[in-house]
Formats: sequence, structure tokens, C-alpha cells
Amino acid sequence: MSVAVSEKAVAGGVKPRRWGSWYVAEHRIRSMRAYLQTIAVTAVGTPLGYMVAFGLGLGMLVDANTGGGGVGGVDYLDFLAPALLASAAVTVAAEECTYPMMMGFKWNPIFYAMNAAPISGKQVANGMTIAVLARMLPTVVIYFVIILIFGAAESPWSWLAIIIATLTGMAVGLVIMPYTASIEQDKGQMAMIQRFGILPMFLFSGTFFPLEQLPTYLQWIGWISPLWHGSQLGRVATFGLAEPIWLTVAHVVYLVALCVVGLLLTQRVVSRRLNK
Amino acid sequence: MPAPVITASKLTKRYKDFAAVDGIDFEVAPGESFGLLGPNGAGKSTTMRMVGAVSTRTSGELSILGLDPNEHGPEIRSQLGVVPQADNLDMELRVRDNLIVYGRYFGIPHRVIGNKADELLEFAQLADRAKAKVDDLSGGMKRRLTIARALVNDPRILLLDEPTTGLDPQARHILWDRLFRLKEQGTTLVLTTHYMDEAEQLCDRLVVVDKGTIMAEGSPASLIRDHSSREVLEVRFGSDRNAQVAEQIAGAGDRIEVLPDRILIYSANGEAELAQLTAAGLTPMTSLVRRSSLEDVFLRLTGRSLVE
Repeated sequence: MSVAVSEKAVAGGVKPRRWGSWYVAEHRIRSMRAYLQTIAVTAVGTPLGYMVAFGLGLGMLVDANTGGGGVGGVDYLDFLAPALLASAAVTVAAEECTYPMMMGFKWNPIFYAMNAAPISGKQVANGMTIAVLARMLPTVVIYFVIILIFGAAESPWSWLAIIIATLTGMAVGLVIMPYTASIEQDKGQMAMIQRFGILPMFLFSGTFFPLEQLPTYLQWIGWISPLWHGSQLGRVATFGLAEPIWLTVAHVVYLVALCVVGLLLTQRVVSRRLNK
Repeated sequence: MPAPVITASKLTKRYKDFAAVDGIDFEVAPGESFGLLGPNGAGKSTTMRMVGAVSTRTSGELSILGLDPNEHGPEIRSQLGVVPQADNLDMELRVRDNLIVYGRYFGIPHRVIGNKADELLEFAQLADRAKAKVDDLSGGMKRRLTIARALVNDPRILLLDEPTTGLDPQARHILWDRLFRLKEQGTTLVLTTHYMDEAEQLCDRLVVVDKGTIMAEGSPASLIRDHSSREVLEVRFGSDRNAQVAEQIAGAGDRIEVLPDRILIYSANGEAELAQLTAAGLTPMTSLVRRSSLEDVFLRLTGRSLVE
């Protein structure tokens, strides 16, 4: 083989090797445009709904019944807002890390097409992750702005809740991703994830009430739940929730660890599945 | 002779105990149109995936454009165009967008890719469907779009895995015409097929593959010359009589093959064979004299027919 041809090939690999993950994300974001309206309506409608229902409805009731003390010394809405913010990120993760991952192998097998081009399995995993992030971040920012409008985040450090919620959402998403990327046959696993994973997580992660309210034998759900760690961390940022510093550090470490391990596993699962 | 663009030596792919590709050797020269002919399950697609640098070989040597796919997958793939057996276009995107996102995978800048997409739509006769949803295209159009997509990076080698399977005759001919143009422009084509007419139309040289091994190699004409007669007489006496008649006419022509529905008599002169049969009082229900094809070569080499 002439050296010139090999050299041309080597040159052809430079950009894809460097930017491949971004190309995948670009592709996925282009696909999201098809349902941009739904994304936008959900991103604005959901927080409005929750803030009105819980702030003006349930919140009044809770505050009245706690003699104006709220929960943990703050208004119920203040207590709730960071957890709702993290939940919103988790909801995006539950959508974007489930069907699109399985679809890419099965119903709309674009991952194989990407891999036939210079894109590696690892880059497919990275790109899909970046795309989830690209949808999650604006959703969280919009939610946060609405929280601000409702006056439910007063600390100057409140903005950190945006990063915390996003981290929480990605942690959940990246735990789901290796699994959804490995599904060969759709037997309703996505619905199972929603019903037996996401929903109980909302209910038992100290989202709507402090985890300590639960019987001790149920509290473990919160300890393993990224949403509990994310909500508590968000509360530290938005109203200075009092907790030991080691616990705050543990929240961060746990969430980051889930993200890292989840991403590495996803890269492995996708690469193996493509290389048959 | 210029150095080959693909060299495979003892190339093997095993799935546990099963050897999908079992130690095959072949070379493909630049600009050549090379075919892998064989029935379903022969190992053609597995070979294509290894050549496409997406499936790691179990053993043997493989070099594409002078590079080892184990080390240089992305580099090799940057020079390939791949048309897989099943279209894997993005159904969520429109026709033109499919080409654009795909071009980006090769690092083609945004300002270049738009023009390239329009050019390719023109080539694939899909310019008027640029904004259509992929789902709304016919099978032939999807196939042409897949081929257009495979050309987005001006590939040196185009890999086509059963490019016309499932297409109607008209769509196949349009596609062959497009592929022939690429061949004229000097693109190296590697294709798998189980259609002998396709192999005859498109391939300069081919290998007959069965059960993961190469049974024969050569140009379509030389394979036919070496492994079959010039003509074939096909006669039908009814499925219950074929075997019985075959015994009676044993020795006719160069060779006889008895299939469940007909008898094939291989001979340099089919008409003469038919006259002899009739003279012997054996008048078939139907008869046909035709040229030998790769189907006959395959039957001779494997004892089985290509499309089962």
C-alpha cells in the first residue's frame, strides 16, 4: 500500500477522533428539534404547575399546621423547591436515557451507522450523554428562574442548585443508561424503570418531606437515592440547610461517582454491542 | 499491478465454537469491483463488518488501505463508504438532514456539507425529496439515500452488503446504474450478494463463499467457464417423475443436476440435448435452454442453490 494513501487515512481520522462525541451530540440535538415544542412546554409548564400547587396549595396547609414554622425552619415551598428542581432534572434523564438509547440499537439503529463512520462506541456513549445534558440544563435553568419568581430561593448561593440538580439528573440518567443500552428485546422495561425506579424515588427521597419522617427501615431508599443526595445538597445551597460537612461532601462524592461509573459502563456496553 | 487496498490472510471470526468466517484469503486492488457471492449465513456480512473495521477479527491478518483495523478503526472508516444490509437511516430526521449529520461524522465543516448533501441528492435522484421524512420514501429511495449517505466522505472503498435485496426490478436497475457510474469514476467496490445477475453485472472478480470458506475465485466469466458448461437445459417432467426420468437419461450432457422441481442438463449445446430427449420419447412438460450462470457454479461447488 502506498504510504500516501495510509497517510490520507490517518489524516481523515484526526477530527473524528477528537470531536466525534460532539458530532453525536449534534446529531441527537438535531433530532430533539422535532419535539422542541413539547420540550419547551414541559420545561415551563411543569415548574409552574408544581410551584402553584405546592406553594399556594399544599404549602399553605403545611405552614399553617406547623404553626408558621414550615419544615426544618423554612417555608414549605423553600424546603420543596430544590428537591423539585432536582426532580425535574431526573425526569429529563428518565426520558432521554431510556428510549433513545434502546432506539439507537433497535428501532432506529443509528448507532450502527455512526460506528460505520469513524465514530467509536465510546463516542456514541459520550455524545448521547452530552445531548441529555444539553436538554437538561435549559430545563433546570427555566425551573430555577420560576423558583426565583416564587421567591423560594433566597440565598446568594442559590444558583448552585442549578449545577446540583443537573448533577443529580445525570447521576440517575447514567445509572439507567448502561441498562437501557443493553436491552435487546422491549418487554416493557422502560415502563418498569418509571414505575419501580423513578416513581418510588420521588416518593421516598425526602422530596416532599424530610427523610427522617419515614420509618427507619425505609430510610435506606433515600440513602441510595441520588435524588435524596441531590435534594439535600440543593437545600444546603438555597437556604443553608444545617447538616454536617462530611455529609455535604458525601452527597457530592456519591453523585459524581455515579456519573463517572455510569458513563464508563455505558461506554463499555455500547462498544461491546457495536463490535459483534 | 498496484498494491491492494484490502488484504485478508487466514481471516477468521468465531462466535464461541462457531466459525462464521473460517480462514479466508483475498485481496482487492484499487478501482476493482470485488464480490462475495454466497447464500445466507455464508459469512459474507461478517467479512464485510471486519473489512468495515467495526468487528474485531478472532485471528488472521487484515489490512485496509495499509492499516490494521484493530489499531486504526476510525482512520480506516474515514475512507470507507458503507451500505449495510438493512438501511439504518435516521427515521427521526428528514432526507437532507440525514446526509448532513452523517457528513459531520467525518469532520466535514458545516459550510461544506450543505452543498455536498445537495450534490448527493442529485446523484441519488432524490433532490425533490430533500425535505421528505425518511419513512415516506419507497424501499428503492431509502436504498439510494443510504448509498448517497455512504458517499458523503468521497470514500476510496465502498462496501455494499446485499445492496438490492428486497427491491423491485426497476429499482435494482436504477441502483446498478448508480453503482456502475461510481465504478467508472474509480471507486473500489466490495459487495456481497446472493443474486448471480447482480454479481455478473457489477463484479470484475468474485469469490464464492460457503460456510465461512472460499470455494472458488475468479471473474464471473472464468468461474462459469471453469465450473460449468456453456449452456444449461432445464426440463420439467412433474415433481413425481423428475427423479425417475433422471435415471433414464443419466449420461446426457456433461453432467446432470436433479432439483425437486426440475432437471438441469449441463452441455455445450442445450438444443441438441433437448432434441435427443424428445427423440428418445421423453417429452418434458416445459423446457428452457439458457446460458450457464453463477447460480450453476454455486450449485456445482456446494450442491445447494443460492437462494433457498
